[in-house]
Amino acid sequence: MAKNRTSVFSWVWLLIGILYLGLPLLSTLGYSLSPEVRAGNPISFSAYFDVLSDPKFSANLWFSIGAGLLTTVISTMLLVPTTYWVQLRMPYLRSTLELMTLLPIVVPVIVQVFGLLALYRSTFLVNGSGGLYILMIGAYIIWAFPYTYRPISAAFQAINVKVLTEAAQSLGASWITILLRVILPNVWGGVLNSAFITFALALGEFTISSLLAQQTFSMYQFGVKDDIYKPIAFTVISFALTWFFIAVLQQVTKHPSQRNAARTTR
Amino acid sequence: MVAADSKSTVMVTEPRARLLARPAWLNWNWLGVAPFFLFILAFLLLPATSIVRGALVDDNNQFTTQYMLNLFTQVYSTPYVNTIEISIVTAIVGGLLGFLLAWSITVGGLPARIRSAVLSFSGVASQFAGLPLAFALAATLGRSAPITKLLSNVGINLYPSFTIYGVLGICLAYTYFQIPFMVLIMTPALDGLRQEWREAADNLGASRAQYWRLVALPILLPSLLSALALLFSNAFGAYATAAVLVGGGVGGALIISLKVASQFSTDSMTNPHQGYALAFGMILIAGLTILLYSYARGRAEQWRKSGT
Amino acid sequence: MAFLDITDLRKQFGATYAVDTFNLSVQQGEFVSFLGPSGCGKTTTLRMIAGFESPTSGEIMLAGEDVTRIPTNRRQIGMVFQSYALFPNMTVADNIRFGLRVGGQSAQVMKERTAEMLELIHLPEVANRYPHQLSGGQQQRVALARALAIRPRLLLLDEPLSALDAKIRLSLRQEIRAIQRKLGISAIYVTHDQEEALSISDRVVVMNKGRVEQVGTPTEIYNTPQTQFVASFVGTLNLLEGRTVNRADNMISIDGQQLCVERIEPTGDVLSVALRPEAITLHREADDIDALPHNNTLRGTVEDVYFLGSVVRIRTRLRDQFVNADTFNNPHANLPTPGEPVLLNFPLEACRVLV
Repeated sequence: MAKNRTSVFSWVWLLIGILYLGLPLLSTLGYSLSPEVRAGNPISFSAYFDVLSDPKFSANLWFSIGAGLLTTVISTMLLVPTTYWVQLRMPYLRSTLELMTLLPIVVPVIVQVFGLLALYRSTFLVNGSGGLYILMIGAYIIWAFPYTYRPISAAFQAINVKVLTEAAQSLGASWITILLRVILPNVWGGVLNSAFITFALALGEFTISSLLAQQTFSMYQFGVKDDIYKPIAFTVISFALTWFFIAVLQQVTKHPSQRNAARTTR
Repeated sequence: MVAADSKSTVMVTEPRARLLARPAWLNWNWLGVAPFFLFILAFLLLPATSIVRGALVDDNNQFTTQYMLNLFTQVYSTPYVNTIEISIVTAIVGGLLGFLLAWSITVGGLPARIRSAVLSFSGVASQFAGLPLAFALAATLGRSAPITKLLSNVGINLYPSFTIYGVLGICLAYTYFQIPFMVLIMTPALDGLRQEWREAADNLGASRAQYWRLVALPILLPSLLSALALLFSNAFGAYATAAVLVGGGVGGALIISLKVASQFSTDSMTNPHQGYALAFGMILIAGLTILLYSYARGRAEQWRKSGT
Repeated sequence: MAFLDITDLRKQFGATYAVDTFNLSVQQGEFVSFLGPSGCGKTTTLRMIAGFESPTSGEIMLAGEDVTRIPTNRRQIGMVFQSYALFPNMTVADNIRFGLRVGGQSAQVMKERTAEMLELIHLPEVANRYPHQLSGGQQQRVALARALAIRPRLLLLDEPLSALDAKIRLSLRQEIRAIQRKLGISAIYVTHDQEEALSISDRVVVMNKGRVEQVGTPTEIYNTPQTQFVASFVGTLNLLEGRTVNRADNMISIDGQQLCVERIEPTGDVLSVALRPEAITLHREADDIDALPHNNTLRGTVEDVYFLGSVVRIRTRLRDQFVNADTFNNPHANLPTPGEPVLLNFPLEACRVLV
């Protein structure tokens, strides 16, 4: 099976990509290590210590973790049964479903948020932090749909939903049993993948959280008024954390059958 | 017993049920998808419609197109036009660089480990925006940044004419996340370029350039178009980065999302309808983009179906 | 010198040899099949001939020219892929003329050749359709036309019919053979279907685990398999275990019953014996053995009778082993019933001791 021979140009484009994308990160890293340059310390982790020991940092982090988990759970509970049901009983709705999950990519986030605020303006949802929290979770879920639906959809397309369901029904299983014991284990890779993505997105999101005045993880940097190095250190921490998270996701959910099987050779 | 055939009429054999005759598509199946659609309704569709409604009525709840027509006046059309221009530019530039990077990790044959590193990095970098991105930009091309110093050592003096807190800065910043976004979108499409097509073209005597010109690029074209549509709306709807770089006041003339935000915050008491109209304008433009995207995707799907 | 000479071709992937010491000479106009199970190296060998893989060592000579290191797009070899590989963005006509177009042919030549090819595959009406609008069989014929349009010196086919329905497979393989004969072009055909290989080839190369087991005409491969693998893979031969009784007199025994064979080559006591089912005739147990036409007779009990259409297969149990006997369907014949004792009678040469 012939693999693609590595072209020289590949390395060229990779280098250019690394330059454009990596350089700013390196510069940021450099900055974050230099709060004590004037004092004679060219490299200092003091900004990092300050950030990590700041109680607000961990408070915001836990807040986001909670919000992330909630978003993930609700999102999964919405997408998985619906995808299953559509594939099983209403295949004509598949493109509509896909379109719905793609709309958020196209509707700008601020429009979505202002729409929510406008629609629910006379309800409890807009008064007070609790209501806004609900709006935030809802907005998160919607905003993440394009990214979270795809792995689930791919996983469902890889299995024959109809046949599995009919086999289970002929053996006497109820709907709940079928969903939990037959379907879910077979799409688990996609579900896990989707869950990781949702969580990572929720952790890094700030437009929605800032507009709805919620103290999420990424809002931490806005709260720091006195020091410029702390937000910069935070930027590095946040990026590294998310990258680590997604790399773990790649490893954990690497299913041989889910690797891109477009190479139909032999 | 009811035998349901989802495509044709429901065949019912009980006389009683005949009285309940209803169109074939309205059945209990909808219960299964109700939660999802209700959710979408509550958190996406209804908010969108309330914006549309707010844009088309005045304070007395009478239908009016005045606020929509106002969008064509200079104070409002300028940010639209500017944002569209910026979006197109960053979509094309980011799209091109992103395509080349995606190409190199797929067809270009870079090792698998580099491919996963690039993909995971792109997953993070495509969301890198707002204050962090502004920091990164300032750290790279700010007045006292190392790159700036490097360039001036080579004779290129960016300052004082250059500033990152303007259109150019926005473009540079947006391109930053457009590139990895393009990588994520195009990698599956490039993986879908079946090796047999390359081999068949090879076998029939085509050079590499001929293969790309006559086979690969035409096949990729729908995916490219749909990707560009996505990149465009990604830039068009972006808010946080621009908010940090240019701020509300001045920024409102440059970026439409800033204009909408400022309109809502300042005029929420006095002129909410104009804000709604501005938002509706954004929805319309986004809607056009998604139509283009869907059409292009449809064509891409069609070609992927041919052959086994 | 043959038209295509392959000498000591080897392909190594890491520590394993996907193809080991492959030697073959193909004459001009010959139709050769590579036959074997998945992973036997037949496709890898084909791809080396096409140029998609480079051999680790060895030589490929085509019409006197060493093409071993020449890039694919200069070998003038036509290839038909298992998945058709038609360019989805082009019409049938554009697909067919692709090779001519990149070869710089004039519009006139392209037009005429395309029409000629469409006639050859009997599909002139689909010229302006797109691949996804055609059936699998039609797509494969277009792929064939596309490969032939450049008038290649050699035609390679990589399991071209595997993805098609059984009925289409039958008609299409005959059509491929007819076209190949008509054009007088040399062809190499890779398949795992032994019936396909035997029915349309001039010669068959049976491969297993990267090595050539046997090269011969279909008749030779089927009637005189040289190895156990060939015997078991090709056709429906009975593979039995026997023991040497008397090497000098070429006597062996199977399940305790003695038989005469042509030759006992391998040393050792335990033997592998191939027995052709269609050479066996069944007789009632009461029949006089000495009156039977052939020298060898085995006694057994009928296990089952399978009606396969034109052939009836009777499965008989000896002691521990089973033997299939094939007979042509005859509506008037009295078929034996399961449990009935029978005599299996067959000539000397129907029974081969394998290496």
